[in-house]
Amino acid sequence: MDYLGLFNYWVFIVLMMCGFYMLLSARNLVKKVIGLNLFQTSVFVFYISTGKVDGGAVPIATDGVDVYSNPLPHVLILTAIVVGVASTALGLALILRIKDEYGSIEEDEVDLQDALS
Amino acid sequence: MIAEHAIILAVVLPLLAAPLCILLGRGFLSWIAASASVWTSFGLALHLLNRVLHEGTIRYALGGWEAPVGIEYRLDAAGALVMTVVTAIASIVLPYSYTSVRREIDEHKHHWFYACLLLCFSGLLGITVAGDAFNIFVFLEISSLSTYVLVSMGRDRRALTAAFKYLIIGTVGATFYLLGVGFMYQMTGTLNIEDLSQRLLAMSGDGVTPVYETTTIRAALSFLTVGISLKVALFPLHVWLPNVYAYAPSVVSAFLSATATKVAILIFLRVFYTIDGKAIPFEALPLAQTLVPFAVAGAVVASFIAVYQRDVKRLLAYSSIAQVGYMICGIGLATAAGLESGLLHLFNHALMKGTLFLAIGCVVYRVGQTRLELLRGVGREMPFTAASIVIGGASLIGVPLTAGFVSKWALLTAVLAEGRWVIAVLVIVSSLIAVVYVAQILHVMLIRKRPVGSERLREAPLWMVVPTFLLALSNLWYGVVDGRAADAARAAAAALIEEVAR
Repeated sequence: MDYLGLFNYWVFIVLMMCGFYMLLSARNLVKKVIGLNLFQTSVFVFYISTGKVDGGAVPIATDGVDVYSNPLPHVLILTAIVVGVASTALGLALILRIKDEYGSIEEDEVDLQDALS
Repeated sequence: MIAEHAIILAVVLPLLAAPLCILLGRGFLSWIAASASVWTSFGLALHLLNRVLHEGTIRYALGGWEAPVGIEYRLDAAGALVMTVVTAIASIVLPYSYTSVRREIDEHKHHWFYACLLLCFSGLLGITVAGDAFNIFVFLEISSLSTYVLVSMGRDRRALTAAFKYLIIGTVGATFYLLGVGFMYQMTGTLNIEDLSQRLLAMSGDGVTPVYETTTIRAALSFLTVGISLKVALFPLHVWLPNVYAYAPSVVSAFLSATATKVAILIFLRVFYTIDGKAIPFEALPLAQTLVPFAVAGAVVASFIAVYQRDVKRLLAYSSIAQVGYMICGIGLATAAGLESGLLHLFNHALMKGTLFLAIGCVVYRVGQTRLELLRGVGREMPFTAASIVIGGASLIGVPLTAGFVSKWALLTAVLAEGRWVIAVLVIVSSLIAVVYVAQILHVMLIRKRPVGSERLREAPLWMVVPTFLLALSNLWYGVVDGRAADAARAAAAALIEEVAR
């Protein structure tokens, strides 16, 4: 097996696991959102890398070029990026409200206040 | 001409009405706009259901571009059934919402509330008609993102943390789904679900193994299963659900409990029947061994936890997790009868849980509390609300003559036909536990007396009681009189199984 030839997958897996670990382990809500962002972005990287065709040119119709890279994954990911931005924005907005109501963005302190109330 | 485009109008109208609500900027006007578009979608959904049942699957090529190049909307009987459930519940919830929202949400947020509700609604409808795996993801995120906003509008500050946790878990689920779809796309080069099901049968690059037997597709299926299970709140991936239902505004709890998880179950059906059905027979996947045990364990454990809840909305939330277990159990059996019972329970559970959450919303309107101990004797002074809770609760247990009985009976028959006695016994056990928690609610609300010196309560306003009571009566209607829901579920199951057999 040519493990080095699959390096794009290694990049995406490492990024994905970093993000996943971060969103599970971080106790700070903003860090959780950053982890989530990394987690999503790694999947975008995976999609985009699958669009590359060996020897393929930029997918703009040109004379004398037969092989193009596949543009579809890029288009899909444009949509997914919008979704990702929206969830990050919403997550941060919720954190602002949580900060207003609880006076903290540390998960432990927020949970403690909930448990006491 | 309208009939031809009904399938897209049903989805696009609420999507357009959402920004209109924000532009109108006033609670009352946006409520009118929201009601009008939701009722129109309901009419269109009934029309579509009727057509699907008589003529078979409806296809609609967006912008005239034929599939698989263009995006296709495709409504089969299962999709039409779920679409009818979603639109029907929304049409009942909206008249109710005006009064309830005025009590529970600040005035200046009303138009935002209706806009988000419409976005969520059109996202859910979009999933039922989407004929391509990526569109399902987009609609899933439209509905989820607006759900997080709706949940965070709850009065209790814990609604914020509930919404945040749901956002994290929900996004992880959706990203898993996206990754699964990516793997499938990488192997087949298509996103259209029918095209996918064909191309999975082709030979993979090495010329020996068919595509559906490659590790990549197996990995894709695992990601899809876990991702969707998170959205369905299948035990043990249900942790986000209790707080979300408990602290969301009453209207939102009722709407979500009756629709959101149901639509996620439809995505399950899309993946396992429509996409994989032809290539991978259900028996060849370890799903029947993995899904059904989790589903049944969820039904028992969640019912058990529900008994110990002190907050009535949390109690109902845990009961929802248990009920989702029944549906997945029926679907996981992978027989026509099992599938039919799962779909029928999906319909009936929307009726019963909708009724219960709406009735609790009526109580919240008068009492402002959901802690069980503070609801002593409330039912004695709010007769129609109490009657709705009794009927909804009976349906939840599966008492004969209610809708809940019909589908639970169908599930038991399907399980026994497969000879799986243990599962049948566990389903009955969890129903018996349901008797305990429903009895708890009824005992507190009807038999115990109001605290001495407390103010006499009045019945909730008419705009809230009438929809609640109508929905409660529908539990009896579909339990005794009307077999059309069962017929539709049977047709949907038959169509899905046929896809597998083809």
